Amino acid sequence: MRKKWLGLFGLMLALMLALAGCFGGEEATNEEAANEEETTEESGEGATEEEASEGEKILRLNNSSEPGALHPGLAEGTHDSWVLNHIFEGLTKKDPEGEVQPGMAEKWETSEDGLTWTFYLKDDVKWSNGDPVTANDFQYAWLHALDPNVGSTYAYQLYYLAGGTEYNSADVENISDEELQALRDGVGVKAVDEKTLEVTLATATPYFLDLTSFYTYFPVHQATQEANDEWYTEAEGYVSNGAFKLTEWNHKQDITIMKNENYYDEGSINLDGIHFTMIEEESTTWQMYRNGELDYLYPIPQDVIGELNASDDPEFNIASDLAIYYYNFNTEKEPFNNAKVRKALSMAINREDLVEFVAQGGQTPAYAVVPSGINDVDGDFRENAGELFSQDLEEAKALLQEGLAEEGLDSMPEFVILYNTSEGHQAIATAIQEMWRKNLDVTTKLENVEFQVKLDREKAGDFEISRAGWIGDYVDPMTFLDLWVTDGPYNDANWSNSEYDALIETAKTTMDTAERMDAMHQAEQIIMNEMPVMPIYFYTRPYVAKDYVTGIYDPINKYSQFHYADLQK
Amino acid sequence: MLKYTIKRFLWAILTLWAVVTITFTLMHSIPGDPFAREGTMPEAVYNNLQRYYNLDEPLIVQYGIYLKQIAMLDFGPSLKSKTISVNDYIVNGFPVSLHLGLQALLIAVTFGLILGVIASLNRNKWPDYISMVLAIIGISVPSFILATFLINYVGVEWGLLPVATWKSWSHTVLPSISLAMMPMAYIARLMRSSMLEVMGQDYVNTAKAKGISRSMVILRHAIKNAILPVVTVLGFIAANLVTGSFIIEKIFGIPGMGEMFVEGIFNRDYPVILGSTVFYAAILIFLVFVVDVAYKFIDPRIKITGEGQ
Repeated sequence: MRKKWLGLFGLMLALMLALAGCFGGEEATNEEAANEEETTEESGEGATEEEASEGEKILRLNNSSEPGALHPGLAEGTHDSWVLNHIFEGLTKKDPEGEVQPGMAEKWETSEDGLTWTFYLKDDVKWSNGDPVTANDFQYAWLHALDPNVGSTYAYQLYYLAGGTEYNSADVENISDEELQALRDGVGVKAVDEKTLEVTLATATPYFLDLTSFYTYFPVHQATQEANDEWYTEAEGYVSNGAFKLTEWNHKQDITIMKNENYYDEGSINLDGIHFTMIEEESTTWQMYRNGELDYLYPIPQDVIGELNASDDPEFNIASDLAIYYYNFNTEKEPFNNAKVRKALSMAINREDLVEFVAQGGQTPAYAVVPSGINDVDGDFRENAGELFSQDLEEAKALLQEGLAEEGLDSMPEFVILYNTSEGHQAIATAIQEMWRKNLDVTTKLENVEFQVKLDREKAGDFEISRAGWIGDYVDPMTFLDLWVTDGPYNDANWSNSEYDALIETAKTTMDTAERMDAMHQAEQIIMNEMPVMPIYFYTRPYVAKDYVTGIYDPINKYSQFHYADLQK
Repeated sequence: MLKYTIKRFLWAILTLWAVVTITFTLMHSIPGDPFAREGTMPEAVYNNLQRYYNLDEPLIVQYGIYLKQIAMLDFGPSLKSKTISVNDYIVNGFPVSLHLGLQALLIAVTFGLILGVIASLNRNKWPDYISMVLAIIGISVPSFILATFLINYVGVEWGLLPVATWKSWSHTVLPSISLAMMPMAYIARLMRSSMLEVMGQDYVNTAKAKGISRSMVILRHAIKNAILPVVTVLGFIAANLVTGSFIIEKIFGIPGMGEMFVEGIFNRDYPVILGSTVFYAAILIFLVFVVDVAYKFIDPRIKITGEGQ
């Protein structure tokens, strides 16, 4: 028996030694890294290796997660776009005030009907490898993203182009190569010459210019893509055209981007580089920020936001965001098919309290669906329209009784609030549950499920009330308002109103700004009268930045941008 | 011997196949779609993605494709990351998890044994009480609480070690300690009781009576025998440490396999879930196979069926 145990022990020991032996190389690397770190620590406290060893200005951030793809046509989501927005540039870009400015294009023209746009590229625009950026690089990139065989999630951002939907929707298994090529040729993007790009849209799109600063519209270096269709998965051989270029990418660990010496406006870039870590745990990254291992941090843990907000910490900033937090009513289920019932529930919650005591991130209570920060004909769309309903308990009670009576009910049946697992969503749902109980004597249950399950349930119409959120894709009221058109892919409330649909159609097709803004104001009023969704608050982006970081700017629909940031240490 | 080895090997393959089949079935039966987003994407885009990843094929065909892939040791692409394949995830993530697990094991065994021996030799005296209080803390305080405590004090307040990431050896210290505390406490308690039992045995008294010094008795006779129960649980502890460090990996931002697995489940990233399950199952099955064969080698009386201990 003893011999056997000794044998087993010996075997395990040998196995462990063998496994530990695998680390020989890695340990050496780690030791080297540690030595390197010691060296760097001598020359600068808390500095990164790259920074201290060469005395460079490297801004340190956290990108939360590994980007899914650093390819303009394949990217989706903020983990991808935050990096992409610094290493690529589209035909246009946003200035610190959020206005569209020339990017790769120096100027553009549009036809009277708004269908044809001609962009003229700047003369001195180059890729990070020194090649000139041409109109063909845009045409190539857009057609690549629309290719049905590529599997691009955000291809639909290019559906504004004439023929874009048709090409991307092609039934590739049942059509010939020639037919597919014909569909490709029919897409409304054409490089007229090296510096001229002609774009034909499917319908007039007044906010098209705004879209051209979005990452799906960035160019791709054709020769690089054709030489290696996985060029975007490693820093080596990566080619981009923005203010910075990708120089180091340790998957699941960190990304370093350095100033691009071939960028046309290189003289305005103060930083030498930006270092992104990829740590999801917010409390850990907050400690790293406190410890001086990060210079800027977003997002911040919820409880910390409350403290920072209350203490007027000078490093704490609240940037505005183009996003709304709301609840869907399933308008196909009784009694939520009744607008009065929906409106009663919406009018009976105290959004100020929710924002101040529960969400605690400096959010703005929402009494409409379009957030502030979007231009109207004159001024701000939200400010011009004002609040489209108000909190009114007496009216809410009356509306609820009327609505229930119309549905033949004596009292409100118990219903369920569905939300995806998150402490923040749970806190909001609990508070709303209590407000409804107290103010309307309505009983609700809470049900939390995984995010993917919540989405499944919404698609199947298997819910009564569900939590939702929407981040605007572009800076125009339409990015919020067209969510609820009849049978729209984003219309989880399954609501339908023909008058609303007609107004949205008008706003989508007219190039007369006054007419389209008026149509959108009317549409928003309809949606708030009918209340298929209950707005709760408009998001904000609270972040912290050390006092030596300057020049951060916050376009309304993007994370903070650091093109013109500097470190004044 | 050869017949036994071949038979055991075939059993191992069969077990692995069962794991693949069960995981594949369970994974596709849980609700949730890997391509679901807030709002719905246009149907064409959804169809393109389904086709791109062969998810438009009938399940049985997908199963066949997957079996063929893993036979070629290719775990396929990740549905969420177009940048890293599942093979990349494993190749990059497993050494990190293994490193963290083994370092924690080393700490747990070393300090667990020392604490256990000290406690047993000073039974009902203050070193015993201190050791056992430490052991109780280790068992009852969850690793993530300890991790948060270490980050806050050792990392931020005292500035002795980096808070997170996985760059140099100094970055590995806090996560290894956090992970090691519970098994260390367990080993300490086990070693203490085992030592106490051994110290009361006749052969130890005989050794003492022969006039052998106390330290020699402890080293040569007591520890050598008392350590056996610890060795028996070592495999279990090691497997736990290497595979079960998800929360520590998450807190310290360590790019190991644990985080990948859980993210895979949340995202319904089928190839990632399958790949990591099959990989870990393969390791465990392989270890069992090695131990079985080693048993047979050590003690040829063991029958092929594994009976006859």
